[in-house]
Amino acid sequence: MTAEILSRIQFAFTVSFHILFPAFTIGLSGFLVFFEIMWLKTKKKTYLDLYQFWSKLFALGFGMGVVSGIVLAFEIGTNFNGFTKSTGNVLGPLLAYEVLTAFFLEAGFLGIMLFGLNKVGKGLHLTATTLVAIGTCISAFWIIAVNSWMQAPSGFILKDGVFFTDRWMDVIFSPTFAYRLTHVIVASYVTAAFVLIAVSSYYLLRNRFESFAKTGLRVGLVFAALLAPAQLIIGDFHGLVTLEKQPMKVAAMEGRWDTMAGAPLILFGIPDQKAEKNHFEISIPKGASYLLTHNINGVVHGLKDVSPADRPYMALVFYSFRIMVGCGIVMVLMSLYGAVLLLRRKDLSRHRVFLRLSQYTLPLGFLATLSGWYVAELGRQPWLVYGLLRTKDSISPLPQQAVMISLMLFVTVYSILLLCFLIYSAKLIRKGPGGDLPHMPVDNPMSVRTPQGV
Amino acid sequence: MSTQLLFGFIDLPLLFALIIAMGISLYIILDGFDLGVGILFLWDRKPHEQDQMMASVAPFWDGNETWLVLGGGAFYGVFPKAAYIIFPALYIPIMLMLFALIFRGVAFEFRFKSETSRPLWNWSFCLGSSLAAFAQGAMLGAFIQGFTVQDGAFAGGYMDWLTPFTVFTGLALMAGYSLLGATWLMMKAEGSLQEKAFAVGKPLMLALGACIGTVSLWTPLMDAHIAERWFALPGFFALLPVPMITISLGILLWRSITHKNEVKPFLLTIALFLMSYLGLGLSMWPYVVPRSMTFWDASSPYDSQLFILVGVAILLPVILAYTAYTFYVFRGKSNTHEHYGP
Repeated sequence: MTAEILSRIQFAFTVSFHILFPAFTIGLSGFLVFFEIMWLKTKKKTYLDLYQFWSKLFALGFGMGVVSGIVLAFEIGTNFNGFTKSTGNVLGPLLAYEVLTAFFLEAGFLGIMLFGLNKVGKGLHLTATTLVAIGTCISAFWIIAVNSWMQAPSGFILKDGVFFTDRWMDVIFSPTFAYRLTHVIVASYVTAAFVLIAVSSYYLLRNRFESFAKTGLRVGLVFAALLAPAQLIIGDFHGLVTLEKQPMKVAAMEGRWDTMAGAPLILFGIPDQKAEKNHFEISIPKGASYLLTHNINGVVHGLKDVSPADRPYMALVFYSFRIMVGCGIVMVLMSLYGAVLLLRRKDLSRHRVFLRLSQYTLPLGFLATLSGWYVAELGRQPWLVYGLLRTKDSISPLPQQAVMISLMLFVTVYSILLLCFLIYSAKLIRKGPGGDLPHMPVDNPMSVRTPQGV
Repeated sequence: MSTQLLFGFIDLPLLFALIIAMGISLYIILDGFDLGVGILFLWDRKPHEQDQMMASVAPFWDGNETWLVLGGGAFYGVFPKAAYIIFPALYIPIMLMLFALIFRGVAFEFRFKSETSRPLWNWSFCLGSSLAAFAQGAMLGAFIQGFTVQDGAFAGGYMDWLTPFTVFTGLALMAGYSLLGATWLMMKAEGSLQEKAFAVGKPLMLALGACIGTVSLWTPLMDAHIAERWFALPGFFALLPVPMITISLGILLWRSITHKNEVKPFLLTIALFLMSYLGLGLSMWPYVVPRSMTFWDASSPYDSQLFILVGVAILLPVILAYTAYTFYVFRGKSNTHEHYGP
């Protein structure tokens, strides 16, 4: 394998590992704000338990996100120096803003959020939790701004292979930005909601922590029932703007090789990049035309519109897209099922069929997020900046062995980390709320000291 | 352009060179003390004292490390042409540092949640901190010794960074961070741990003093430009205060450790770091890639720098304010009874 391929695999691997954690913590931080507000309002211990328990998992996930995120900040420079030289003027400032507006905010107030309830007043502590939650969204704002610009660049001038900024507002708010940002943040809230639902169901099935799990399940379900169907609609809008800006990505998602009017919707098939066709295709007549153009005889473009050198690798995009949509549909159905039960005032904690099904929904949000990113990023290939800068022209001329060794180390180290993360999370979940860690204060958590007399 | 008229008199590349220099020095001091605590972590195998050491840095390390990310992000936006050369040239030490920072970072989370595997995370914390410090010191050394550059691209070998000089600067930074960590513990720890911090203070100071002295002599020997800057007249007299102040600070630090002052040693160590940093800055000025690219050459266009400057001007004071507030909230002796969860 060449250093180019190895650098690309390494970045794909490290960024995939990283996204698993923000995919969960952006949403979870919002739930923590909700729990803390409810605790302060109702003074119910259940909400404090929810806050305390989920903030431990949040801390674990956030820590993993931090250490794996720093890697990415440096990897762009080390492995893709052509990209830094070409886009530094335009994208560098955006990344600097991410650090200035988000990372410092999160890191600064995370300490107070996790360790400070006995040191600051309750109001200030809630402020810290809220600022951490807002920080995660601001961070997503800038990263998605950078990513969206790479997908559909605007507001720039290209001179001798180097991008210069023409208008900053157009750089930040590029055509796909709003759709992508909404899609990503909602994805994280849905992912976190299903973790909440699954863990609560796990407890209820075993008759543990009943009030804690019932409230957790209800909160998770209400959010999921509102956001999961909304996500389907947001995703559809995102797809339409992608069709306009990156038609070849949509062609790969749809499994379409030939441009045609009245194109069928391909449900399944095995794309063959060399033969330029799909094997074992199952399709619905005129479906793709109807979905993409809202007209059964609309024209849908295929990959053969462009030369082979300009095509993304269809199979990966095609399968990723189906996994994402599949997970999304299961989550929509589960959340609606739960919502119907709630509306009919059924006692969810006794509904064993629902609980048994929903405890297995935990990985769905992660799987959908990851495959969604694969659609976006693999579908952008062979470009780093769509239509303007090729991936192969952006790679640092590193020696092959160096990248091979670093890649093998990343695979080893990250596998160990993921294993530890899963073990410690499972341990926290098995122990449940109130099962405090050995060093926790034993005094009544309701009587919070406020040294400043606030 | 009107902004050009308004801000035209400001030398933005110079301003950013100073801002980035400030960011790096903040990083070195802030992450320096928690990496230092990590390096010292296994000197002491008593679980209670280890808990105290870790608790003293747990609320801060994440914020401290953020200055490193700012350095990376801002560098790419402000001096993209230098990033193009330096990042690939330092591929191996950067990767070493990243792996080391991963192991030290996850140790904070995993150690408190583990029982049987706790010794493993103790090692992960200590070795991670030590290797990160070494890699940073080696990179600093590599930066001083310079990179082979041709037509604006790195043209050297990928092991160029590893020389006796860079190994020495790596060890020197480990000694420096350890002293920062030890003086931090003099301030934040109590009882037997504080005693131990006072006991290691002087040996660490001697080690660091030897390192600073050696690097100060080694760099002018290595590079005629640096020798000329420091030893030719009249520059010699203009720059004389730098070593003089550094030596005075060293004496004050020695005495404050003798008198077992709790706070002074930490502040004096910071001052010592700043003076060494200033000395290095004066040697390297005005190069961002030594001897081949000044920060004026490496700059991104005026527009990009101005855009970042607006953010920096507004946000940096705010960041400094709430960072200071965090340190204020967790002031005084660190308490081992405050682990995760309110």
